Amino acid sequence: MKIRQRLTREDSGQALSFVISDRERERVAIRKRQAQRRVFIATLSSVAVLGTLLICVVASPGWKVVRATFFDVSYGRQVLHLVVHGLLTNLQLTVIASIAIATCAMCLALARTSQSAAMTPFRILATIYVDVFRGVPLLLVIFLIGFGVPALRIAGVTSNVTVLGTIAVVMTYSAYVAEVLRSGILSVHPSQRAAARSLGLSQGQTLRFVVLPQALKRVVPPLLNDLVALLKDTGLVSILGVTDAIRAAQIEGSQTFNYTPYVVAAILFLLITVPLTRYTDHVLARSITRQNAQGSV
Amino acid sequence: MNVLEISGVQKSFGHEQVLIDVSLTVPEHTATVLIGASGSGKSTLLRCINLLETIDDGSIYLDGQEITDPLVNADAVRRQLGLVFQSFNLFPHMTVLQNITLAPERVHGIAAEQARGEALELLQRFGLAEKADQYPDRLSGGQQQRVAIIRSLAVRPRLLMLDEVTSALDPVLVNEVLSLVRDLKSDGMTMVLATHEMGFATQVADQVCFLESGRIVERGTPEQVLKNPQNERTQEFLARVHQAGRL
Amino acid sequence: MKTKTTRRLMVSSAAVLIAASLTACSSSSKASASCSDTMTKGKLTIATGEPAYYPWVIDNKPESGNGFESAIAYAVAAQLGYTKENVDWTRTTFDGAIAPGDKKFDFNLQQFSITAERKKAVDFSSPYYTAPQAIVSYKGSPIAGVKTLAGLKTAKLGAAVGTTSLDAIKTQIGGTPAVFNDNAAGVTALKNGQIDGLVVDLPTAFYLSGVEVENGLIVGQLPSTGKGDEFGLLLAKNSPLTKCVSGAVDALKANGTLDKIAGQWLGTDAGAPVLK
Repeated sequence: MKIRQRLTREDSGQALSFVISDRERERVAIRKRQAQRRVFIATLSSVAVLGTLLICVVASPGWKVVRATFFDVSYGRQVLHLVVHGLLTNLQLTVIASIAIATCAMCLALARTSQSAAMTPFRILATIYVDVFRGVPLLLVIFLIGFGVPALRIAGVTSNVTVLGTIAVVMTYSAYVAEVLRSGILSVHPSQRAAARSLGLSQGQTLRFVVLPQALKRVVPPLLNDLVALLKDTGLVSILGVTDAIRAAQIEGSQTFNYTPYVVAAILFLLITVPLTRYTDHVLARSITRQNAQGSV
Repeated sequence: MNVLEISGVQKSFGHEQVLIDVSLTVPEHTATVLIGASGSGKSTLLRCINLLETIDDGSIYLDGQEITDPLVNADAVRRQLGLVFQSFNLFPHMTVLQNITLAPERVHGIAAEQARGEALELLQRFGLAEKADQYPDRLSGGQQQRVAIIRSLAVRPRLLMLDEVTSALDPVLVNEVLSLVRDLKSDGMTMVLATHEMGFATQVADQVCFLESGRIVERGTPEQVLKNPQNERTQEFLARVHQAGRL
Repeated sequence: MKTKTTRRLMVSSAAVLIAASLTACSSSSKASASCSDTMTKGKLTIATGEPAYYPWVIDNKPESGNGFESAIAYAVAAQLGYTKENVDWTRTTFDGAIAPGDKKFDFNLQQFSITAERKKAVDFSSPYYTAPQAIVSYKGSPIAGVKTLAGLKTAKLGAAVGTTSLDAIKTQIGGTPAVFNDNAAGVTALKNGQIDGLVVDLPTAFYLSGVEVENGLIVGQLPSTGKGDEFGLLLAKNSPLTKCVSGAVDALKANGTLDKIAGQWLGTDAGAPVLK
C-alpha cells in the first residue's frame, strides 16, 4: 500500500475523517476524464446541429425578405406601445378569469370526487358539465355566449362583450382545470384519508387539511400549463370585438403588411410566462424534496 | 366495565367472507392482542370497529352505546378511537408537531398553544422532542411509527387500536415501539393490537385471540393460548411461527 | 484507440452534414419580366377571398363573372388577352395574400386598399375603384340621426380588422373601435346592439342596411380623405406582371369599362349623405 496523503472531499460539504487512497484518486481522475469527453461530444454535436440550422436559415434566398417582414426592429419599437396596450387586456382578463376558474374548477372537482350519496345529483351534473365543455371548442363557446346570449334579449343580462367573453373562457377552462384538480385529489393515497378519518377529522376537514394541500402540490405543473394557455386564450375574446395583444398586432400588421408586431407580441408573452415558469419550478422543487424521501436515484 | 363489545360481526368483500360471526369484549385498561396469519381478518376487524368499513351484520358497542347504528355520527365515534396503521401514514406536508396537533386543534377545539404544549410533552416523553419541527421524510421508520402512535394519543382516545404497527420495522426498531406500548399499558390505556410479534402478545396482552379465515378460533390469556393452545389450528399456526423463529 | 476513431468519425460526419444542408439551401434565381409570364403558361390565375362577399362576388362564385370584382377580373383578363376559359380562380385569406414567399396567384383582388406602407411588401396595379366609407346602423340606435362627425365621438363603432374602415374610424372620428375578424361578426354585434354602428365601404353598406340588418339604415358617408380609399389588384413584390396588369386597368378606366361595371354592380351614391 502506497503512502496516503490527507485529502478532504468537498462534494458532500463535509470534511471526511478518513484519508483517500491512491486507488480512489485514480478513479476520480478517470471519472473526470470520462465526463469531460462526454461533455465535449455533446457540445460538438449540439453546435453542429444548431449551427447547420442557423446557416440554413440565414443563407436561404428569402432570408432578407423574411427578416424585413418579421423582424423589423425599428417598426417593432414603433408598435410596441400598441401591443402592450392590448396585452394589458389579456392580463386583466387572465387575472379575473383565473380567480373565477379556480373557484368553479374546485367546486366541480369536489363534486366529482365526493363519495357521499347526498352529492349524487351534483356529481352527475358536474360530469356532464366537464364532458360538454371539454368537447366544445373554446372559440364556439365564445361565439355562442358572446353573440348568442345578447341575441336572446333576456332582460337584465349584460351584452358587454368583455364580460360575456370572460364568462365563456371561465366556463370552458373550469372543465379542464377541474379534471386536473380531480386527478390530483385522486392521486393522494387513500391511506392518507383513512389516517385523517381515524383521527376523527370530518370529510370536509380531511379534504381541507390533508387531501387538498397534497393534491394541489402535485398538480402545480399542469396548472401552470393551463395558466400559460389561459393567458393566450383570453385573446380569443377578440372575435367579439375586444382588442387584445394579438389583435393589436394584427391591426398594425394588416395596415403595413408587416408581421413584426406579431413577433413583438410573442416576445411580450414570453417575458411574462418564462419567469413565471421558472419561479414555479423552483418553488415546486423545494417542496418536493421536502415531501418525498427519494434519495438520489 | 367494557369499553368495547363486538357481537356477531359479519363482513364480506364481494363474494369473499372476511369476518364470520366475530364476537369480542375488551374491558377497560386492558390490552387485547389479535394474532393470525395475513388475510385472517385482523385488519378488517379493526377497520370495522373504527367505522371505516360498514359491517354486514352484528353490532359493535363502545362504552355501551351501539356505534353501528346508522343514526350515530361516525366522526364523533372516531374521535374517541385511535387507529394506527402499518404504514405510518403521517401527513408528509406537515411537520411532526403539526401532524400531532392537527386533530386536537381542529377536531377537539383545543387552543393552539395548549395543543402544542401537550404534543411536545408527549414527544419529550417518548424521546422524540428534537424531531418536533422536522418533516416526516427525515425520520427513520421506527421514529415515524412512534410519531404516528403519539398522534393518535394526542386526542386521548377511549380505545387505541394498533394494526400491525411493527411489521415494517427491523427488530431493534420493533423494540422501540414495544417499549412505548408497554408504557401506554402501564398508563392504563385500553388497547387492541393486531400483530405478528409474539413478543407483544406475551408481554403486553391481557387477552389473546387467534383468528383464522375470519373466525376467532381460540381466545384466552397469553398463557393459555400461546403456551397451551387447545385448538388444533392454533397449534399448527404457533408451530409455524416457532419454526420461523419468531416465538 | 477506440475513442480517437469515434472522435474523427464525429467531426467528419458533422462536416458532411453541414455541407449537405448548405447545398440544399442554395437559391434559384427568377427569370426576367414579360407580359405572358404567368404562373401557369397560357392561363391567368386570379385569387380572391374565401368566402367572397356580395356585392364583390355574387353567391361566392367568382367563376360566374357576377359581382363587381368578378366582372373587373374578367375585364382585365380580356384586356391581357385571356379568355374566360383561360382564367383559373383560387382563394386565399387576407394574410395568405400578403405573406412573403411565392404567391399562388398572378394577381389577387379582395378590396385591398392601396397604401404606401403596403407597397413596401407587395405590388399594386392602378386603382380600379374608389370606395368611400359609410356607417351602417339601425332604426332607433343612439346614432341613427347623427349628421356630423363630432356626433359620433361617443358612439360605440366597429369595423373589420385590416380594413380602411378601421383606419377611417381612427383618423376621422377617434375613440376605441371594436375590431372584428370580419364583417359578419360586426353585423352580429350590430344586430345585438353591442355596437351602435358598423363602418364599411359604401357598396357593402347598401347591402347590409338593405338586406342583413333589420330596420337597417346608413347614417352617412365619411368624407373622402384621398388616402387609402382606392382598391388595387395585388401582385407579388416586383412581379413581372405588374406593369401589364396596371396598363390593363388604365385602359379599362380610359374607355369607361370600369365605370360601366361599377354602375352595373354597385349602384349609385344616393341615399348616403356625406357627414361633415
